[in-house]
Amino acid sequence: MTIRQLSIFIENQSGTLQKVLELMKQSRIQIIACTIADTAEYGIFRIICSEPDRACRELKEAGVAVAISEVFAIELDNQPGGAADVVATFGRAGVGITYMYAFLIDGRGIMIFRTDQTEAACKAIAEGGLHCVTEKDLPVNM
Amino acid sequence: MIWNPNKECMSREQMRELQGKRLHKVVEYVYHHVPFYRNKLQEMDLSPDDIRTIDDIVKLPFTTKKDLRDNYPFGLQAAPADEIIRIHASSGTTGNPTIVGYTRKDISVWSECMARCLTAYGVGRNDVFSVSYGYGLFTGGLGAHNGVETVGAAVVPASTGNTEKHARLIRDLGITGIACTPSYALYLAETMEQLGITKDQIKLRVGAFGAEPWTENMRTEIQERLGLKGYNLYGLSEVMGPSVSYECTEQHGSHINEDHFFPEIIDPVTLQPLPDGQTGELVFTTLTKEGMPVLRYRTRDLCSLLPGECPCGRTNVRMSSIQGRSDDMLIIRGINIFPSQVESVVLSMPEIAPRYLLVVDRINNLDTLQVQVELRQDYFNATLDTPAAIDELSKRLSAKLKSVLSIGVKVQLKAPGTIERSQGKSTRVIDNRKLF
Repeated sequence: MTIRQLSIFIENQSGTLQKVLELMKQSRIQIIACTIADTAEYGIFRIICSEPDRACRELKEAGVAVAISEVFAIELDNQPGGAADVVATFGRAGVGITYMYAFLIDGRGIMIFRTDQTEAACKAIAEGGLHCVTEKDLPVNM
Repeated sequence: MIWNPNKECMSREQMRELQGKRLHKVVEYVYHHVPFYRNKLQEMDLSPDDIRTIDDIVKLPFTTKKDLRDNYPFGLQAAPADEIIRIHASSGTTGNPTIVGYTRKDISVWSECMARCLTAYGVGRNDVFSVSYGYGLFTGGLGAHNGVETVGAAVVPASTGNTEKHARLIRDLGITGIACTPSYALYLAETMEQLGITKDQIKLRVGAFGAEPWTENMRTEIQERLGLKGYNLYGLSEVMGPSVSYECTEQHGSHINEDHFFPEIIDPVTLQPLPDGQTGELVFTTLTKEGMPVLRYRTRDLCSLLPGECPCGRTNVRMSSIQGRSDDMLIIRGINIFPSQVESVVLSMPEIAPRYLLVVDRINNLDTLQVQVELRQDYFNATLDTPAAIDELSKRLSAKLKSVLSIGVKVQLKAPGTIERSQGKSTRVIDNRKLF
């Protein structure tokens, strides 16, 4: 039900983001969605990409602090309240949202969720009739 | 004014004779009461009877901070436990603090020495004197306190912290003297300016500054901003505490209370004594201490001795200002910090790479310590992918550092491989304060 996301620790300094992006470019890894949780000193760069295992391995070899985490990519109803309904489904099940961010696939809104309880989240998604996007559904252009 | 002209203005011959007698006594005393020294002397085939004059001191073994640490807590204590009336502790290089026990006589000698310092600064019975060294395990607070009471001035035990209240008390009580670190004096000046307390509203005229290195520029700035005259006060807990040496109004070096603390300057590499006037490592032998006497304790402070009579009338030898350290110790806000202390904490946390950089700064006249560490690549995992989790890690590290170092530390987590690798001798410290 989940898809793999890369989390990368980068310092809040000029050039650090570029270094990571250059590495991904050299490895021919395509970024599909991303977000940065930033603080004054560092940021966590979260990426949905093609071939996450290979990307992770090659970034690690280059010395980058990177980890793979499992997140939910849930398709939203493209109308007012779409996001609210998904969040409410988690809320009813007592599942906490650690962070979320959104992107589009062919005009469809997709929201990435990292939750504090994976199993309970899976159950809530199934019972709430929500649609999870799998890695196969991601628009990889290769 | 001179508190004890008999001792402070003694002829050189009399002083050396007194020092010789006292040295013999202290060597005999430790030989019989401290197994550490007895073993050392026996290894060197020395008996207390070989030490008759002060010139014989060069025969004696040195004592180092490591010796104090290895004999934690009471291994070097000479007096029986029931004679000890106070125990201070200073930071050690790797965890164990240095413990120093004082007998009633030690406290009285300390108070006398401190009274000599304060009198040289011009402090007397009519003064209201604020002690703003930390009161506690650190010797600064209580050491200065006893001296102020001994000269008969009114002591205000302000300690550190709550600077705004302290600034108001300086104005409202007409406080005339203060003992604190030079950086705290500047911080106090700044606080007063923020509160709108002006120089003409306060009566400060004497500052006894020590416990950390300071420059002539700092002296000028403190004097200008607080409207007082700033004097150097030197000491270290292993020898006694503040009062080991003090400036007189001539301000050309600090007079050493050498009837109690015998100074030598040695080459820190060859350990051979250096002639007067040459800069080397300062070494002290306590001549009268009962609780924890030390023979030839290596202070690691670099300075020179300035012989000759001082125009103030005192004959006791003077030491120059401290020119540096012969080890990697840092003094930050009056607290001794060794990079190895930071190292021991860093090594205890698996999430952090065994590599660090200390950055010392003086921001708004307050020393700051930043510890830069690297996140370890193989420990970075999915549970660390939020700022909250990363911040928790750096808070945990900074709490551990605080408990070991006794001062607040700013931790900066860096990406793997971003702290420069050491080549040969590592540069683990960047000190931006330019103190020496």
